[in-house]
This record gives sequence, structure tokens and C-alpha cells, in this order.
Amino acid sequence: MNDMSFQTIMTPAIPKIAAAREAKIIASAVDVHYGDKQAIKNLSISIPDRAVSAFIGPSGCGKSTFLRSINRMNDTIPGCKVTGKITLDGEDIYARNLDVVELRARIGMVFQKPNPFPKTIFENVAYGPRIHGLARDKQDMERIVVESLKKAGLFEEVKDRLTQPGTGLSGGQQQRLCIARAIAVNPEVILMDEPCSALDPIATARIEELIHELKENFCIVIVTHSMQQAARVSDLTAFFHLGVLVEVGDTDVMFTKPQDKRTQDYITGRFG
Amino acid sequence: MSATLTLSRPNRKLRRQIEAVVLVLLACASGVAVLTTIGIVLSVVYESLRFFSEVPVWKFLFGTEWAPTAEPGAFGIIPLLGGTLLITLIAILVAGPLGLLSAVYLAEYANLKARRIIKPVLELLAGIPTVVLGFFAALTVAPFIRRAGEAFGLSVASESALAAGLVMGMMIVPLISSLSDDIINAVPQSLRDGSYALGATQSETIKKVVLPAALPGIVSAFILATSRAIGETMIVVMAAGLAANLTFNPLAAVTTVTVQIAALLVGDQEFDSAKTLSAFALGLILFIITLALNVVALRVVRKYREAYE
Amino acid sequence: MNSSDLTAKRRSAERRFKYYGLAAIAVTVIFLAILILDIVVKALPAFTVNQLVLPVTIDATKVDASNPAAGDFPALLKETLAKEFPDVQSRGDKKKLNALLSARAADGLQEQVASDPSLIGKTIAVPISLSSGADLHLKGFTDAQLDEKQAAWLAALKDKGFIQHGFAWSFFTQGDSREPESAGIKGALIGSILVICVTLMFALPLGVAAALYLEEFAPKNRMTDLIEVNINNLAAVPSIIFGLLGLAVFLNGFGLPRSTALVGGLVLALLVLPTIIIASRAAIRSVPPSIKEAALGVGASHMQAVFHHVLPLAVPGILTGTILGVARALGETAPLLMIGMIAFIVDVPHGFTDAATVLPVQVFLWSDLPEAAFKSRTAAAILVLLVLLFCINAVAIYLRNKFERRW
Ligand SMILES: Nc1ncnc2c1ncn2[C@@H]1O[C@H](COP(=O)(O)OP(=O)(O)OP(=O)(O)O)[C@@H](O)[C@H]1O
Ligand SMILES: [Mg+2]
Repeated sequence: MNDMSFQTIMTPAIPKIAAAREAKIIASAVDVHYGDKQAIKNLSISIPDRAVSAFIGPSGCGKSTFLRSINRMNDTIPGCKVTGKITLDGEDIYARNLDVVELRARIGMVFQKPNPFPKTIFENVAYGPRIHGLARDKQDMERIVVESLKKAGLFEEVKDRLTQPGTGLSGGQQQRLCIARAIAVNPEVILMDEPCSALDPIATARIEELIHELKENFCIVIVTHSMQQAARVSDLTAFFHLGVLVEVGDTDVMFTKPQDKRTQDYITGRFG
Repeated sequence: MSATLTLSRPNRKLRRQIEAVVLVLLACASGVAVLTTIGIVLSVVYESLRFFSEVPVWKFLFGTEWAPTAEPGAFGIIPLLGGTLLITLIAILVAGPLGLLSAVYLAEYANLKARRIIKPVLELLAGIPTVVLGFFAALTVAPFIRRAGEAFGLSVASESALAAGLVMGMMIVPLISSLSDDIINAVPQSLRDGSYALGATQSETIKKVVLPAALPGIVSAFILATSRAIGETMIVVMAAGLAANLTFNPLAAVTTVTVQIAALLVGDQEFDSAKTLSAFALGLILFIITLALNVVALRVVRKYREAYE
Repeated sequence: MNSSDLTAKRRSAERRFKYYGLAAIAVTVIFLAILILDIVVKALPAFTVNQLVLPVTIDATKVDASNPAAGDFPALLKETLAKEFPDVQSRGDKKKLNALLSARAADGLQEQVASDPSLIGKTIAVPISLSSGADLHLKGFTDAQLDEKQAAWLAALKDKGFIQHGFAWSFFTQGDSREPESAGIKGALIGSILVICVTLMFALPLGVAAALYLEEFAPKNRMTDLIEVNINNLAAVPSIIFGLLGLAVFLNGFGLPRSTALVGGLVLALLVLPTIIIASRAAIRSVPPSIKEAALGVGASHMQAVFHHVLPLAVPGILTGTILGVARALGETAPLLMIGMIAFIVDVPHGFTDAATVLPVQVFLWSDLPEAAFKSRTAAAILVLLVLLFCINAVAIYLRNKFERRW
């Protein structure tokens, strides 16, 4: 491949959404290695605040890897090394003196498979606020839990069984519980790694609706394998291929007039 | 914004300090196991060195007479090793076929229900304290063998190696069978399928394909079992004697390394006499032998696992 | 040979091979059955006891009301017994008659009168221990070492209804003794409990902490590899070597008191530590990483994620492993012999630093004694030990089945 493959194409040159919003996360020249294997190559992107950015691309292209670099979940993987620079509100998140724990409180994460703690629904949501000391007292905690559940659109369904185990909910409810859990710590960014891949279409629709509501207040980054989903929920779309960010741009433009051949092939379903 | 939603900084610092302390504590805890090994090695080696300053090493290793209480004492380990070997051999001869055949039956023939009944029974046997087995060996099996021997006109020592060896063998059956069972189960089904496809019967498949494939694992199970038998104390203390005979007659009384360690250290100990110190020299030999066997067994098993994963 | 002959041969070989396997299992099961049956049969006599219930007049001349405990109760008993058999006159016969009573027969009487001096002068009937020989004879053992005269006297006492047969509570309420009829397992039982407490106190926290470190926090390097290999090998070191360690380090090195539950517990803690570490690591590993990731995702530190989420979920597995370790420690004998837990100890231990013995050691000690009655007591102690172990294992299995989670 030529040098072009390391150059990200912007579609259009300055995406509308990037112009309309402040940049929340800026990555520049990021490389990620698992041992000797390079999973992300020279990646630069600017992710707008109060908008939804979608990462798409074929399996194994490094979407999750980059997503996990943003909240430093990669720290937990032995042999994983991140170089380059990623900033949150201008602060380098890989800076020496930065507290990972504090960072993760500011950048929430929702995982591919719903992973509620095997505790009560209430405890699931209350855990984050508790360890960060966000609630002044019991009432305050209850308020946070209820509000988070409401924001996640789950409250009406579970209000009578807050003391029952979160693992007893349906898959879609569990995933919304995980979202409630993430927003309970009042993060600035929410990362979602294929949040709907384990869900049926109706549950998926609920989550998408939710994402739409949440973008009023949060910067949301979502990894998805569904073109339709990316087209429906996101404002910005980034296409990854073999560890390279090939093309990034406004979603409507990306899906109608992609510039790169690979993006085009992927979007039209010719490979991936 | 972020400042309001997280803990104040001093708290965060405190938490980090606490966590650092906890981490050190956890690391120390895992060091205890290492310390135990070092403690074992140091204490056994130290006392052994004191012993060897009184009794030359070669006299200890190659001497054929063991009489620690005599004046002057004789400290030749050969008869003890001979006795240990004899009893271990009997035990393996008993436990090997029984354990292996049980494992084959459990892994290849038994249905789920039978497994569910048989496995706990074997575990039950494995869980019986050795002092109980020693009691049984000394008070039931030994007199029985003696009487049976007399019926055939054989003279059997009341503390025969056979009694101790038989019961020790039964003790080891669960060990061999459970290890072999795991190993046979790990043999890939594709190997069996290949054999069946050629029209082999189940027993032919087991004998010609499964067991050869599982051989390294089974060998290591036997090595571990041998190590267990060599280190076993209570059965031999109660059912084998103190007489240091160098013989391979299973009907005679022999003694073992562990019996002598126990005999020398039970009761009053004087830490300046060669008699007491010799127990540590025996301990050193026992430690070296069992450790070597375990290391070999673990190696073999690891090699085997790698081959199938 | 035609092919159907060959097939028939192969079929029968097939069947034979299967029967070998069945036979091997049968041999093992039969061995276990005989073992348990043998012990039960041997143990049964120890669970019942024959006692003499004679009306005894507390003679005021023999027992001083101001100091009743110092009264000559043995003489009182002997006189009462002699009155039952007026024709026993010769010194030898009298001695034989008295030999029917336990050497400590008067203890119960003495205790009762000492606690209630108003009984002096009255006639009371208290159960009096028989000698173990007399007891065994009444249970129908022929080798009870009584001669014909003694047997006849016993029969006479029985005919008069003076012999009472009942459950031998004293086996559970008394400590060790040189007299088989008054030897009990209370001391050893308490000793075992104390030892296990010490073992648990050290081995559980250390084991869990080590497992957490190795599984969650340790960097993967040569050092941790070494620790791992070390733990695996330590698990297979013969238990008697741990006794040598205890002797050299705890007794001679640190100068801890010999024969105590403290040292015994420490040695057994080191012995079961590898087992607990290995089981705990398996339990921790079986907690799905997604749970930990979820906690990290909301900003928990690694330590918080582990202690708040992973550890609680691993508890059932850890407990099961620990209980099995405890069961092993409870049956362990050899290392305790090395650190002097084999002394003859009558008193029931009251603390971790009292001289103590444990059930398996008690079994070992009694098994060496010549009296027939001790044989049944040994078997009875074994039975108690086995029942205890059985219960402990049942708890472990119950826990495993109840809390085992399939992710
Ligand atoms: N823990 C790891 N250790 C080593 N290599 C890894 C690890 N995780 C991911 N990789 C490798 O890094 C590359 C990128 O993986 P990543 O999980 O980021 O892909 P992805 O785009 O999220 O794929 P998918 O759509 O299937 O989730 C892959 O080649 C993968 O094999
Ligand atoms: Mg992924």
C-alpha cells in the first residue's frame, strides 16, 4: 500500500458537525501495539462534543482498540502500548500525573455484552456515585439512581423492583441498566462498544432513541457493525480498515458520497 | 466541571496510598509460600549439615546398617531406602492397575449417572485420613495376612511390608484414577473417531489409540503417586516396623525413611545428638526425592497439555 | 479362522476389558466398605457403657461433713460391694472383686457428695464405673480378661438388677485417661477445633491475598513464574517435612511453646496454604472479566474493582477450596507428631497456648495401647473423625452446588 493508506480523508474537508461543536477528544498520531502486533496505525481524529460519533469498519480493524484507548481500558491488557497523543478538553489523558480512575469517571463506557453487576438494580447504578463520593446522603443517592434510570429510559419498567438483581432483567433492559450505570457518575463522554449487538430490533430501537436523547448532554462515541444504525444515530462517522482510519466525515455525506474506494465498498456491502 | 463530580484531591491521594499499602501486603502474602519453601530448605539443610559434621556423608548415603540408638550409632540410609522402595513398589503394583482401569472405565464406559456415583466414592476414599488407614492396616490387614500366610505355611512378620504396601496402594488409587481420568478425557475425540471409523472396537480404540496418546499424562500420574507413597508417613508408622532390614521379601518387616523420621523426633529431642539430627538428614533426602519426582511429573504434564492445546 | 470367529473373539475381548474396569472399581469400593464396616463394628462397644448402680450409704465416719471431698469414697464403695458378696473372704478374691470396679469408680460419688454434703448419712444410688474388662465382658466379649469367679460375680450383680446399660456420654465429655473406661475424646476434639481455628486464621487470609495478588495484580515475569512453580511444588511436599519445618523454625527458631494448638495450627496453615491459593486462584479466574471491566468503566480503581466485585463473586469457590483444605488439616497427623502434640494430656485445653492434642493424634496414641477397650475407643474416635470430615465435605458440596454460577 502507498502512503495514502496512512492519510485520513476528511469528508467534507471540514465536517459540518466539527465546525458546529467544540472538539471534545482530539487524537493525534496514535499508534497502538499489542506486543509486536500493531493494531492502530497513525490515527488522528477530532471528536465533537454533544454529538454522536460512530466508528465503523470490518471486524478486527481496531475500532474497539481505539475506543478502549480513549478511557485507557487498554491499560488492563498486558502488552498493550499506546503512543501518540489523545486529549480530553485539551488535557493529555496519557500524561504521567493523570489519574486513570478520575479519567474513567469522566469517560463512561458501555460494553458489547450487557454486564450488570450481580447485585440489585439499585446497587448497580449506585456503585459509581458511591465510589466517587457523589452523593451527600441516602436521599441524594436515591435521587441520582432514579434520575439515571429515568435518563436511561428504564425507570418505569423497574421502579417496583429496584432491590432485585440486575442480572434478572432482559438483555435490552440490562444494557439500558448499564447505560444508567454509566451516566450515574455524570461523565462527559460515553463510549459504547457495539451496545446493541446482543439485542433484538425493538430493544435496539429503544437504545438508539436513548442515544439520541443523551447527545444533548454528552459526547457519545459508538462502535457499530450496522450501517443503518450508524446512519440513524450518528452525526460523524469514522471508517476504520486494517488499523487505519481511512475516512471520517459527516454521516450523511459519508453514506452518500464517500471518497475512498474502501469506504465505498464497505458501505455498499462489498466486503467486511 | 470534573472537580465537582469527583472526590476531593486529598481523599483521592489517601485512597491511592491505601491501595499501594494493600498491594504490598498482597504481594507479601504470596511471598509466604516462597518463604515456606526457603524455610523448609534452610532448616533441613542446616540441621543436616550439623549431622554430616558428625557422620560423613558417604557413610550416610552408602551405609547398609541403620541403628541410630546404638552406641556408636550406625547411620546407613540404604536399608531405609530399600524398605521405602519395597513398600512403594507394592503400593504402585496395587494402585496402578486398579487406578488406571477405574479411570478407563470412568472416562470411556461409565454413563453420567454412574460417574456421579463412583467419583464421590473414590473421593471419599481419598479423603480418609492416613492415620485411619494406618489403623486399618495394622489391626485388620496385617493380622489377616499373617493368618493367611500361616495357612499356607509361610512365616509372615506381624508388621509385614505387604500389609502397609497394600493399604498404601488403596490410598493411592483415587489419586491415580482421578488424574488419569482427567488425562484420558483430554484426549481429543477426533482420535477416537478416527479409530472407530476403521472399525475398531471400543476396547481396541482405548488400548491402541487413547492410552498411547494419554501415556505421558498417565506416566506423570504414576510419578506423582510414587511421590505420595514415598512421603506417606502414618500408614507405615503404624503398620510397618522399626526394623531396618534390607530385604525384598514383602512378608518381612521393613522400615522406611518417614517412619524413622517420626521415630527419631517423637518424644524427647536433643538437638546436639547425631540421632536427632539424622532425622533432618533423612528429611533432606525425602524432600529432594519427592521434589524431583514432582518437578518431573509437572514437566511431563505440561508438555502433554501443550501437545493438545 | 473365518471372519465371524474373529468378530466373536473381538466382541468377547471387548466385554472382558469392560469388566476389568468394573472389577477395579468394585475392588476399591469393597475395600472402602470393609474399612468402614470394620471400624464401625470395632467402634460400637465404645459408644455404650455398663455401669453399676448400687445403693451406697454415705457413712459419716468415712466422710467428714466439713470436708466431704476428702472422704475415703473408694473404701466406701468396696465395702458396699463386699456386702453384696459376703462369701468372698480371701484377700485374693477380694482384690479380684474390687478389680471389677474402675480405678476411678468413686469419682462420681465423690463429686456428688462434695457438691451436696447433706447426702452424708443417707443412702444414695449413683452410677459407678466398671473396669473396662467387666464392661467388655458384659457386652459379650470373650477376651475380656476376667476369670470365672469374676464372671460369676458380674452375672450375680446383673441378675440383681444392679447393672445399668446406656449410652457412653462420658466418651464425649471426658479427656484422655490411662484407664480405658474413663478415656474420652473431649480434649482431642477441642484441640482439633483450636488447631483448625489457628489454621484458618492464618491460611485463609494469606491464601486469598496471595491468590488475589498472583491472579490480579502480579506483573507477569520470572518472579511470579517462580512463585507459581513454587506453590505447585509445595502442594506436593510430604506433610512430615512440614513437621520438620515447624520443629526447626517455630519451636527451635522462634521458641514457641511445644505441643500447643498455636504451633500445630501454624504448621497446618503452611501445609494447606498451597491448596487454598490454588483453589482461590481458580475461583477468582472464573469470575468473568466483563464484571471487572464494568467496574473499571465507571471509574473504579483496579483495587476497588477487585475487592468490590471480583472477590465477592469468588467467595463461594474460595470457601469450597478452604473447607477442603480444612478437612485435610483435620485429618493430618504426621507433622503434629514432630512438634510434640503427642504428649499424654488429660486436661481439656482452654486456649491456643495450652498443651493440646488433636483427634487423629489421639487415634494414633490409643491405637498403640494394649487394652482391648482402647481398641474400640480408637475405632470410636476414628468414627467421630470420619463423621466430622463427612459433614465438612457435605457442607463444601452443598456450598458448591448452591452458589456455583454458570456464566
Ligand atoms: N488483547 C489483545 N491482545 C492481542 N491482540 C489483540 C487484543 N485485542 C485485540 N487484538 C487485535 O487487535 C486488532 C484489533 O482488534 P479490535 O478488537 O480492536 O477489533 P474490532 O475492530 O473491535 O473488531 P470487532 O468488530 O470484531 O469487535 C485485531 O487484529 C485483534 O486480533
Ligand atoms: Mg470490537
